[in-house]
Amino acid sequence: MIFSIGLYGALSKKNVIAVLMSIELMFNAVNIALLAFSRYVVPQRIAVDPAGAEAEIANAMMSEGVALGETVLSSLLTGHIFAVFIITIAAAEVALGLGIVIAMYRNRSSVDVTQANMMSG
Amino acid sequence: MTLHDVYLLSPELSLAALGLVVILVDMTFRNKGLLAIVSVVGLAVPIALSLILWSDLGGEPGAQMTGIFGTLAVDKFSLFIKFLVLGVVGLVIMSSVGYVSNIRFFPGEYHGLMLFSASGMMLLAATTDLISIYIALELTSLPLAALAAFQRDSRSTEAGMKFLLLSAMSSAVLLYGMALVYGFTGTTHLDGILERLGQALDPSVPFGSYGLFIGVVMVVAGFGFKISAVPFQMWVPDVYEGAPTPVTAYLSVASKAAGFAVILRVFYVAFGEISLDWSGLFAVLSALSMTVGNLVAIAQRNIKRMLAYSTIAHAGYLLAGVAAIAARVPEGESSIGPSGVLFYLVGYAFTNLAAFFAIIAISNRTGSEMISSFAGMGRRAPLLAIVLAFAMVSLLGIPPTAGFMGKLYVFSAAMKADLAWLVVVGVVNSAVSAYYYLRVVRVMYMTDPEDEERVPVVRVPMVALYLTGLGILALGVFPGPIMNVAEKAAGVLF
Repeated sequence: MIFSIGLYGALSKKNVIAVLMSIELMFNAVNIALLAFSRYVVPQRIAVDPAGAEAEIANAMMSEGVALGETVLSSLLTGHIFAVFIITIAAAEVALGLGIVIAMYRNRSSVDVTQANMMSG
Repeated sequence: MTLHDVYLLSPELSLAALGLVVILVDMTFRNKGLLAIVSVVGLAVPIALSLILWSDLGGEPGAQMTGIFGTLAVDKFSLFIKFLVLGVVGLVIMSSVGYVSNIRFFPGEYHGLMLFSASGMMLLAATTDLISIYIALELTSLPLAALAAFQRDSRSTEAGMKFLLLSAMSSAVLLYGMALVYGFTGTTHLDGILERLGQALDPSVPFGSYGLFIGVVMVVAGFGFKISAVPFQMWVPDVYEGAPTPVTAYLSVASKAAGFAVILRVFYVAFGEISLDWSGLFAVLSALSMTVGNLVAIAQRNIKRMLAYSTIAHAGYLLAGVAAIAARVPEGESSIGPSGVLFYLVGYAFTNLAAFFAIIAISNRTGSEMISSFAGMGRRAPLLAIVLAFAMVSLLGIPPTAGFMGKLYVFSAAMKADLAWLVVVGVVNSAVSAYYYLRVVRVMYMTDPEDEERVPVVRVPMVALYLTGLGILALGVFPGPIMNVAEKAAGVLF
């Protein structure tokens, strides 16, 4: 739903800043979806018995080395890790976007995407 | 991260380090000519490391080394793409020697961004996890957006802005698709996805479940943007026209190669089980891209814009090879679909680079990118004109050129996969494309020039131009060696 609002905004807004904000909205929708899915796809036994699962992970770390324990742990947190990466990269994306917006504003003192039509055909 | 992980990642790491070194050199030394030399010579390090990794893999088909929790795969497929990307970035830097001296701002960052983006492309071919695929994708496209806006005039910033906005939007769509795939399979690892798909498939529903179906369609849309397939091609002409020409050359070749690499890996490895469902999807995209690209290219008067539409058409030909996955059905016989795509990518890289390099040299002199301004170039710049004409013939796909062999492999793969209708569409489209490719040749040789002055020749870009021209010819006459390597590389996917 948020994703659709973002998509609509990105396609219909005239101001570049508003388009960037709408794209941010799309990214956030993805993050929420990821976190929700992450809760949903956690293996059954962990959802039912978190304490037991924790013990199991610790056990795996003890008996078969840290690497395997880490693997088990990271497979549980995949959705969260994904969301953290998306947040980071979205920030970088906006930084670059605003840089280009400033360059564009200097050139034509407007940030209206409907006027960005120098090339067509 | 263990030492072994560092070893597996060494080509990408050394390339990113090279990007930093170039920026440092830019700050320390006054002589800006050094930058291109450092970049091109420095490329020897990642190439050498990739060669070491290749020999370390041994002769077995399907040999693979994985690292960083199994998210990074070093195999012949990823190394093949790495060599291609490294070669392309080297040639593009050589060709932009004369061009960069015209840029007043930050020549060091120009080279640095190009190298960073190349390391993203190399990573893109090597990752086997949806998370790292996304990161590599952004590492590829963010520097490219900055490069497209590099010239800071109206047209260039407009190109950068359009590229950034549409790339971010397509990333969001791709991410949503990935989130759905993750939600319905419970993992982001490609092998894991394959495993889960094998367990729970409902044959009556496309892709096993509707959620996954929507997810895969969104992933296709996201990747379709990167490879500029119709209907995700709106950004291509404007960005190609507005961006600095060497950046356009780079964008059209390297980022497309990386995009196809990731498509091949994701779909052949993770969704291999349900290939029949998505090969039809790609076949339709392929036919659309070819037709739209070729028809719109006819009307173009700016040569960069024309090549932009031609790129879309070529994405269509390449997608025919991807769609040909069903060709592997006969037992014991491996498909020539993926290896054909890899070969096509190499041939297309040489061809398109040759065309763009010639355009850089000519339009630097004439200051115009209109096809009409190429009049009489056969007399004003005989060598450039020959290479450009040769590149056009190769794009069209007439022997003895790389373009012909590439099309031959891709179409015969599609033929084997019972996609005869797609082959017919492709051949008709090739015939249509003759009109606008050969128009360039006609303008260069049959019309009178506006003035008789010779186009001056800059040494280093000319070397790049000759190398690409020879590459087209070599691949067209002796396709065997590269095809062998491509077959080995594609063998990993099965």
